[in-house]
Amino acid sequence: MTENVDAVVTDALTAPRRLSSISWSWVGVVPFFLFALLFLILPTGYLLVGSFQDAAGKFTLANIGNLFTPSILHAYWISIEVSLASSITGAIAGFFLAYAVVLGRLPPWIRPTLMTFSGVASNFAGIPLAFAFLATLGRTGLVTTLLIKYVGFNIYSTGFNLLSFWGLTLTYLYFQIPLMVLILTPALDGLKREWREAAEILGASNLDYWRRVALPVLWPSILGTTLLLFANSFGAVATAYGLTGSSLNIVTILLYAQIRGDVLHDQNLGYALALGMIIITGLSNAGYIWLRARGERWLR
Amino acid sequence: MTRPRFGSWLAIVLGAIYFIVPLIGTFEFSLRMRRGVYSFDAYAVVFGDPRFQATFLYSTFLAIITIILGTVLIVPTAYWIQLRLPKLRPVVEFITLLPLVIPAIVIVFGYLHLYNSSSFLPLTASSRTTDLLLAFSYVTLAMPYMYRAVDTGLRAIDVRSLTEAAQSLGAGWGRILFRVIFPNVRVAVLSGAFLTFAIVIGEFTMASLLDRPAFGPYLQLMGANRAYEPSALAIIAFAVTWACMGLIQLFGRGARTARR
Repeated sequence: MTENVDAVVTDALTAPRRLSSISWSWVGVVPFFLFALLFLILPTGYLLVGSFQDAAGKFTLANIGNLFTPSILHAYWISIEVSLASSITGAIAGFFLAYAVVLGRLPPWIRPTLMTFSGVASNFAGIPLAFAFLATLGRTGLVTTLLIKYVGFNIYSTGFNLLSFWGLTLTYLYFQIPLMVLILTPALDGLKREWREAAEILGASNLDYWRRVALPVLWPSILGTTLLLFANSFGAVATAYGLTGSSLNIVTILLYAQIRGDVLHDQNLGYALALGMIIITGLSNAGYIWLRARGERWLR
Repeated sequence: MTRPRFGSWLAIVLGAIYFIVPLIGTFEFSLRMRRGVYSFDAYAVVFGDPRFQATFLYSTFLAIITIILGTVLIVPTAYWIQLRLPKLRPVVEFITLLPLVIPAIVIVFGYLHLYNSSSFLPLTASSRTTDLLLAFSYVTLAMPYMYRAVDTGLRAIDVRSLTEAAQSLGAGWGRILFRVIFPNVRVAVLSGAFLTFAIVIGEFTMASLLDRPAFGPYLQLMGANRAYEPSALAIIAFAVTWACMGLIQLFGRGARTARR
């Protein structure tokens, strides 16, 4: 045992032989930590530090204060609204789909079909997804023209616009719902048949069972996944950019424009913009991880 | 108990409409290029476009580099954590989750400042090294999925016994990793690889901000300037994603039936 560890050590550091096996084990994970440091932690840390500095490198809170100007706050707010709408709607729709395939007593081929499709659709994001929705619900899209032709109803006359809040939300749902289905299906599988039987023997109705047994067990998974969906859409750039160009003022599009051409005319304010995004996605992911740990207690 | 069944059907049908209609809409739109009749002209134009070929090839090449780098980085790390440093597992797991916490656009923003031409490691100074930086950035994007796939694969085998058996037969660490561990997690690595491919092939944000001629920025350019080609490209991209997921299922099936 010791000899082999020494072999690794000699390979890596040409260190003297016969060292204790415990103290040199960490050498094996050095590449990973070095990579994480260089390509994840340092780049992010650079922005974090930069958001508390002025152009001359002195400590300041001015950048954070400048985030609270109406145009930037507005960008954050639209991002939060789109993320809330798409994560909550996606979670509800995903829950019903997962419920249908797990507990709905449907033909057995439906479940693998839905799961495979969800795997594809949750990864079908970005520019191509934007194209798909433009071709379907854009002004000359299939659904738009068919509705005008056969129903005499122009969705654009109702104020609907694909390049707007609801359009973006509707598009995001295409990868949000499948993600919810993929994560929630195993959780629903974890609901034990005995729990329902026990509840029924004790005289519980279907509603009682869901309200008193199933939902209390499931809510950490449901809420946690909703938070994951929130972060997922909050950080999305490509779908929005492909759909609206730079016309919709969400925070990722603003940051994209800032990186490309310093539209805020203040490098350090750009760093602060990134910091704000990390805080929001960080908090929702922390919530997700915490709730997932709680959810897994029951579902073993 | 017929009511829940009806509700389930309703959910599935509504879901199917929402998911299938955009695909039909996109496909129909992609056939409209020639006036009055449906044709595959848009596809012919796309496949004949030298920029399509160049960018698709570039992104494919980059995806392969990413998969190789990611595998070489993740498999030995996950193996070593399992074998020798189980105490570090939470730390490593946390780090592999970071790319889900930090949006891609923020990571690449950091790169542009940390690795600019006047920094200690001027990776963005030449196009070759920028390609490398882009591959590294894709490794970070793929890390959460790759690590989880490999870690699950490693948990399914008895790492300790395999290692000790190989050692008692006189194998060194390189031989253990490449001849014993890798073949045993092949299915996990392959599913991670195809998922990585699906993520990398159309990735826009990082390629665009690092200014590399990848498929994602090409898609955006076409979207801004053409009418029917984007739909054809969306169908092609969907087919690529579908193919990747199909291959994951195909390779995963052997492992899954073995486990049941």
